[in-house]
Amino acid sequence: MRHDFSVRIGPVGFRIGSDWRAPITELESLYRDYPKPHDGVADFTVRLFARRSWRRIIRPSVEIGGDYMLPEAAPLPLRQGLLAAEMAMNLQMALGARRYLLLHASAVERDGRALLMTGISGAGKSTLATLLAARGWRFMGDEFALLDPATGLIHAFPRLISLKNEAIAAAESAWPDARMGPLLPATPKGDIRHMVPDTRAITAMDTPALPALLVFPRYGFEPETRPVPPAEAFVRMTQASTNYVALGEAGFRALTGLIADVPSVAIDYPDGASAIEQVEALWSAL
Amino acid sequence: MSETIFRGPPDGGLLIAPLDEFTAVYHRASGITHLLTEPAPQILAVLGEGASSLDVLLERLGRDYDLDDGTREALAARLEELVEVRLVERT
Repeated sequence: MRHDFSVRIGPVGFRIGSDWRAPITELESLYRDYPKPHDGVADFTVRLFARRSWRRIIRPSVEIGGDYMLPEAAPLPLRQGLLAAEMAMNLQMALGARRYLLLHASAVERDGRALLMTGISGAGKSTLATLLAARGWRFMGDEFALLDPATGLIHAFPRLISLKNEAIAAAESAWPDARMGPLLPATPKGDIRHMVPDTRAITAMDTPALPALLVFPRYGFEPETRPVPPAEAFVRMTQASTNYVALGEAGFRALTGLIADVPSVAIDYPDGASAIEQVEALWSAL
Repeated sequence: MSETIFRGPPDGGLLIAPLDEFTAVYHRASGITHLLTEPAPQILAVLGEGASSLDVLLERLGRDYDLDDGTREALAARLEELVEVRLVERT
């Protein structure tokens, strides 16, 4: 690869190689405060390569590659190279991670205890984590929470926060001083803008937290809170984990342990302010 | 014709985690997680004491549970389901 860049996000080291300079420059800038992989060795390698060599010049289009591949992954135009890098990093994690049970969830921490939020795309995982972090919670991640089967602790994975559509304005107003990547309009996921997590999230990223509450948020409904029965929470979390099956027995023990120890609650909410209030109320009742 | 004997997984072949009315069961041999309701976990527990015929199973379950007349057929049906998902073997 002509250009490359390494970064460590939480416990995971990445090396990103690219046929073009531009996405690497953006990554270097946005991840400038992050450490390098332990001992300089990356856990995952991501490649952004031109489909054919001439395409690098004529009609630049980024194809995603790495140790783990999805053959149908579509090429993205070069201006979306940053999104391609992020998607490729997520893919490597989702398919390759074995040390942790990967929960597709955002996570914030307070007093050493973690609040996990999981749900389908658009449920508000990223937005809620961002808003809570603006109110004093420590941001641990907006995409993956890493559950360590050996300890039951949640490890942070505070990658760039991937804001979509209306979440962009909400996050910008909650974090007026945050560093932002370029606005990527009309990507396959809608408008995307990456936000650098705050300094505290980055400096504390090696500090794990004990999971204390599991929330299933749903955006666009009147405020309502209901407990989720353990079996339902268990099934939803097996679906929200990208490597539950691959982890086998360790995954089963980790997830049944989490469900047994941590209350699960579903939250319907009409807007961010309401969700924050509901979450804070649940948290203080723990 | 010899009587059908039902056999559960070997000792330690299952990890069992009661959740609520459901019990999560991890089958080590296949790596599959099952979510079971009564009486499936109880059947597996009794078969864990040793392979048995339907009648012996019924008798053993009767020690701990109130069983009524329809129980034999219901138990046979539940056993079939467990055979289908390969948690129980028929020999």
